[in-house]
Amino acid sequence: MKILVCISSVPDTTSKINFTADKSAFDKNGIQWVINPLDEFALTKAVKLQESQGATVTVINVGDAATEPVIRKALAIGANDAVRVNLDPKDSYSTAKEIAAVAQNGGYDLILCGKESIDYNGGSVPGMVAQLLNQPFVNASVGLDVNGSEATAVREIEGGKETISVKLPAVIAGQKGLVDEKDLIIPNMRGIMSARTKPLQVVEPASSEVKVQGVSYDSVPPRAAVKMVSPDNLDELVRLLHEEAKVI
Amino acid sequence: MAVFVYAENINGVYKKAAFEAVSYAKAVADKAGDTVTAISINPTDSSDLLYKYGASNVINIKDEGLKNFSAKAFAQAVSEVADGNIIVFPHTTDASSIAPMLAVMKNYSLITNVLEAPESLSPFQVKRKAFSGKGFMHAKAEGNGVIITVSQNAFGVKENAVSGSEEIKNLSVANEDTKVISHEQSSGKLDLKEAEIVVSAGRGMKGPENWGMIEELANVLGAATACSKPVSDIGWRPHTEHVGQTGKAISPNLYIAVGISGAIQHLAGVNSSKTIVVINNDAEAPFFKSADYGVVGDAFQIIPALTEKIKAIKG
Repeated sequence: MKILVCISSVPDTTSKINFTADKSAFDKNGIQWVINPLDEFALTKAVKLQESQGATVTVINVGDAATEPVIRKALAIGANDAVRVNLDPKDSYSTAKEIAAVAQNGGYDLILCGKESIDYNGGSVPGMVAQLLNQPFVNASVGLDVNGSEATAVREIEGGKETISVKLPAVIAGQKGLVDEKDLIIPNMRGIMSARTKPLQVVEPASSEVKVQGVSYDSVPPRAAVKMVSPDNLDELVRLLHEEAKVI
Repeated sequence: MAVFVYAENINGVYKKAAFEAVSYAKAVADKAGDTVTAISINPTDSSDLLYKYGASNVINIKDEGLKNFSAKAFAQAVSEVADGNIIVFPHTTDASSIAPMLAVMKNYSLITNVLEAPESLSPFQVKRKAFSGKGFMHAKAEGNGVIITVSQNAFGVKENAVSGSEEIKNLSVANEDTKVISHEQSSGKLDLKEAEIVVSAGRGMKGPENWGMIEELANVLGAATACSKPVSDIGWRPHTEHVGQTGKAISPNLYIAVGISGAIQHLAGVNSSKTIVVINNDAEAPFFKSADYGVVGDAFQIIPALTEKIKAIKG
């Protein structure tokens, strides 16, 4: 079985988000980059399938050379090899097109992704890749088993979950629950050393069509100063919520 | 500029998110000088519910093959009837699975997590949530067609009654790639993303056995319950309740955080809540800086007392 895992290089979850002075772009100064946490669940799941089913795991990232440390980390976690499409991604569609172009000829049985990236939160790439490849798509997956040419995925729905059987090849977008947080693989020294020599292929982009442009960006406006209420005066808190905020 | 909207239902019953999406579509249609056509798949609810929010046409797709959800088959069905250049979806799990596939089918731009009415229609430009709630992006669509998903609780449900008419479309879409094996839905539980009030708790609760008081406060307020990441990681509460950067992003009218210190990752998922109340015994908890109201003290005394006081005014 061949698995393709799509990873995105995103600002570390503790990052403060700032924009350039003219507000036209995200300010990358001083940012630490990590594998998108939701993609990490997908990657760990793929490595588990590699162990249990002898699958091979390829990671793909659409990004410029600056994303290579994150790709190497994915290799250290256990992927067999990697592809980087040499394009600074501009929107979900252009990213999906590149992934689909690589997947088209790769003969992958399963494409795994995080359900969204924590930077632009489009949540669109996995579904677009599935449609571009004319494959079934299961989103918000919190469980996955593979049995021959079929997968059984559990997807989260509002107020519950649904178990679905899916014919492979398919695209599955996962989140926490696909594997548990405690089962995420932290690369050890051996993994880090072997990642250095694993193949990382760089391919040039197939197209450059962009469908959505980020025109400008705003930071979240600060809230007014907090009003502190004494724990002995909860009547005042109830009054404020009722009369001032009008939320109860 | 014909405006279409996907009115999502669960087991035939329209979701609040559907009414919000129709309300949004109506605002777009008013700006465009056009009308709203709502599309629904196998609803049992009356179309009157959609006219109430501004849909003057309702297309009810009847298709036995679409009894079970499949992103691809649903996208195919919507694609067959959505004959407009603006298609609005709610940003629910199902809709945000359908929308990207539909965008590729129609060769339209897709803008997700939309927060406000569009800034302009041609080109279509709109404010959306980005960086997990730590920033906003003004996104511009290229080309003629655009699909948007509206972030839940952002635009709001707005009554705007019109007289409407209904059309039944019988489709038979191929749905062979996926098969639903089981479907579990807890009845009577308020959906976290739709909830207008959310009561959330963190490690300060000391153990899962203490969640009864959180649930009781939520119950009295008609609220959903949530939790911080460490709490779902330890297994005190299910993953589905985790709110934050890698969990769910929510925008209720009132968010009450109990025993949560307010790490930047947690704030990212909740800071678009309209009013935030923080209850914590540590006066230095960073969350107070992002709160509207704060109480420093022992949650084990405050929560039951607060519950009683709210019960009294709800009387």
